[in-house]
Amino acid sequence: MADLRVNFAGIKAPNPFWLASAPPTNSGYQVQRAFEAGWGGAVWKTLGEPILNVSSRFAGTHFNGQRVVGFNNIELITDRPLEVNLQEIYETKKKFPNHAVIASLMVEPKQEKWHEIVKKVQDVGVDGFELNFGCPHGMAERGMGSASGQVPELVEKQTYWAKEAAKVPVIVKLTPNITDITATAYAAVQGGADAVSMINTINSLAGVDIDTWKTIPNVAGKGAHGGYCGPAVKPIALNMVAECARNPEINVPISGMGGVSTWKDAVEFMLMGAGSIQVCTAAMHHGFSIVEDMVDGLNNYLDDKGIESVAGLIGQSVEKYSDWGHLDLNYKVVARINNDVCINCNKCHIACEDTSHQCIDMLTSENGNAYLEVREEDCVGCNLCSIVCPVDGAISMVEIPNGEPMTWNQRQEAIKLPICNS
Amino acid sequence: MHLNRVKDKKISLKDLRKNFSEFEPALTPKEAVEESNRCLYCYDAPCIKACPTGINIPSFIKKIASGNLKGSAKVIMEANPVGASCARVCPTEELCEGACVLNNASLPIMIGNLQRHATNWAIQNSEQLFQAGEANGKSVGIIGGGPAGLSAARELARLGYEVTIFEAKEKAGGLDTHGIVSFRLPQEISLWEVEQVEKLGVKIHTNTKVGRDIPVEEVMNNFDAVVLAAGMSKVPMLGIEGEEAEGVFDAIDFVENTKTPPLDQQFIGKKIVVIGAGNTAIDAATCSVRLGAGDVKMIYRRTESEMTAYEFEYEFAKQDGVEFRWLTQPIKIIKDKAGHVKALECVRMELGEPDDSGRRRPTPVAGSEFSMEVDAVIKAIGQTRYVNLIEELGLEHNRGVVKIDMNTHQTSNPKVYAAGDVIFGDGQGDAMVVTAAQQGKLTAYAIHKQLITDEATLESV
Repeated sequence: MADLRVNFAGIKAPNPFWLASAPPTNSGYQVQRAFEAGWGGAVWKTLGEPILNVSSRFAGTHFNGQRVVGFNNIELITDRPLEVNLQEIYETKKKFPNHAVIASLMVEPKQEKWHEIVKKVQDVGVDGFELNFGCPHGMAERGMGSASGQVPELVEKQTYWAKEAAKVPVIVKLTPNITDITATAYAAVQGGADAVSMINTINSLAGVDIDTWKTIPNVAGKGAHGGYCGPAVKPIALNMVAECARNPEINVPISGMGGVSTWKDAVEFMLMGAGSIQVCTAAMHHGFSIVEDMVDGLNNYLDDKGIESVAGLIGQSVEKYSDWGHLDLNYKVVARINNDVCINCNKCHIACEDTSHQCIDMLTSENGNAYLEVREEDCVGCNLCSIVCPVDGAISMVEIPNGEPMTWNQRQEAIKLPICNS
Repeated sequence: MHLNRVKDKKISLKDLRKNFSEFEPALTPKEAVEESNRCLYCYDAPCIKACPTGINIPSFIKKIASGNLKGSAKVIMEANPVGASCARVCPTEELCEGACVLNNASLPIMIGNLQRHATNWAIQNSEQLFQAGEANGKSVGIIGGGPAGLSAARELARLGYEVTIFEAKEKAGGLDTHGIVSFRLPQEISLWEVEQVEKLGVKIHTNTKVGRDIPVEEVMNNFDAVVLAAGMSKVPMLGIEGEEAEGVFDAIDFVENTKTPPLDQQFIGKKIVVIGAGNTAIDAATCSVRLGAGDVKMIYRRTESEMTAYEFEYEFAKQDGVEFRWLTQPIKIIKDKAGHVKALECVRMELGEPDDSGRRRPTPVAGSEFSMEVDAVIKAIGQTRYVNLIEELGLEHNRGVVKIDMNTHQTSNPKVYAAGDVIFGDGQGDAMVVTAAQQGKLTAYAIHKQLITDEATLESV
């Protein structure tokens, strides 16, 4: 049994799986049910001036019969009075003293507003704060959420104001709706953040109803952009976590989130530098019990790898993530088809023939059996065939010895041409 | 057929109609979408090659997944004018589903059921999927309104021919309308296909048997080309004593009687013996069970391994409680005083050396005669041919199997083409509905090549 406990920027939790600040953490009832189900922590739904919500708020993106590959929402921060939330936070923390209870906060970008809310919430005994500089819809129109989160100066200043009053760790949650997330992450660090978390949701319009021509979701026939999350955003989130993790100037822990649905996703985020994991969509899709396999799967994975604690995972792949110019131009892989496993759907052939490098031949053996073969000399090692192949083990990408390593940067140096920095 | 999808397998003695309603339930919309999403959309897909009519199966399945059911039904019916019937009667395990690449990885796609789903949509939405072509001034007469005749008619109408079908029965559709058990293929499905063809302007003269209700010469003289697609006839005589007794039935007639209400009540609780072990024999046996018979036996002079019925048909009969008596040959039907069947005398057989068909020849075991009490005997030992009609048309044939040139589909008379069961036999073709449909299509194209394309080529010379 591996040690799954985490100490994230001073915030302790029995495991790294926390519910993200969102509808699942709206109330004490929900957060307590989550802790009973096995979640290690929860970031309470963002506190601030109570707002008014609209009816019809969520939309799912479904693909080929698979529901909720993506999820869109136009719900705002908490719509309950601050006192009610504080009372429930107090009761929850009393019942679950060893679980992490973190309060998400969002107020106008004014020093006194930040001081006021930090002090009020701190008094009920939270383990940390998460500053919501990320929500892309609604609150942003009022100068909060991602509107302030897109301006590095505002990020730095507000972090600083929160830190002035905070006695517990402050995490800054970043918006992905920005060209370079390391700019705002750096600003948060400059403002004194104890940690950063990412990603918040991505600006989105879930769809248009092709019969009514109304947006999805719609409120009395009208729509507005929402925030997108769920499995489909994982690669975007993972890149942002990795970019921050490999940046030496962003030297604070990262809480990773964005499309984490299984323990495997969590392992990937941890390897790329996440010290804790936040989850929302998967819980909204399946209920709190899904954390059981996240915990169990992570534990078995660590045991299998002979790793004693989650700390042994965090950041282990960061050094493998670099710039294109550092990739070895001489490295070569080619596709190889295992005809004992291949089921002859010919998807690799047509993918390669129509859209890649025309190097997979459909052939017939002497005894009349159809088989596929890669002309290795023409294969560029793009992976497409192995991506579309429906059967595990039918196509492997095999490394071919191909001379000494040489990166683009080294090559440019060698031929003494100006380096393209784009 | 996927017997595991059938929840209610009980036979009702109170409401026989229930026993004849479609046995395997249709896919629910959710099942259809899930199943269609499972299709890999193979390139150069083996299922297409395994379909005698070459339906672009991945295409119609993808269209179900995308919610384009009209497009899906059109892909099916384009390639197969009796595609709604074939969705239900094709031995898919031996054809498309048997070729599905997922056989080797998980489970094959339920192609037949998906085809049924898409064509059901077209039936329920009264979609007219095809239009007649601009009239080209040529006419074709078709003898027989079964799958081959309808298929030829549909394609000819689309090519602009004036088409007339002569159908001996009251309704067209042939075997699909009259000969396939209702719990596999409800009659309205076949009649929808007939209607689709009629809507293209094809005239169907029912109750019109060529050579009886209309002279052969008239048909020969009135059209630019004639297609013989008359199918096959009755079950042959067993050639045993007592065969004329009351209670001895022809399996084809027996099944046909169950296709139109009211259902016959006389077999409830009775003992029935079916002679033969092909697909028609199975149909007769399962119909007997569904008509409430108390004891249904199939007797066959060879063994299980030589029987010609499809594996799934055999399974189906076993599930229906049909008993099989192998190596048993009927030798005499014993009548009561009123001339009704009372008992069947049989002899045990044993298998000897292989005969012409390659199957081991059964020979009687001396002294092994025995008799069984029966209330009805159903003969299902094959079908005879419309030899008289073939001879009146003056066509070359081999024991009723019409000879054709496989390239031109022409018979010995170049004006007469033939398709379907009339050309099945002697190693030529297959007795499946889907094969007949394909032959009908090919015959239409062959006629078009002869009458229009060649003419156009000549003109251009």
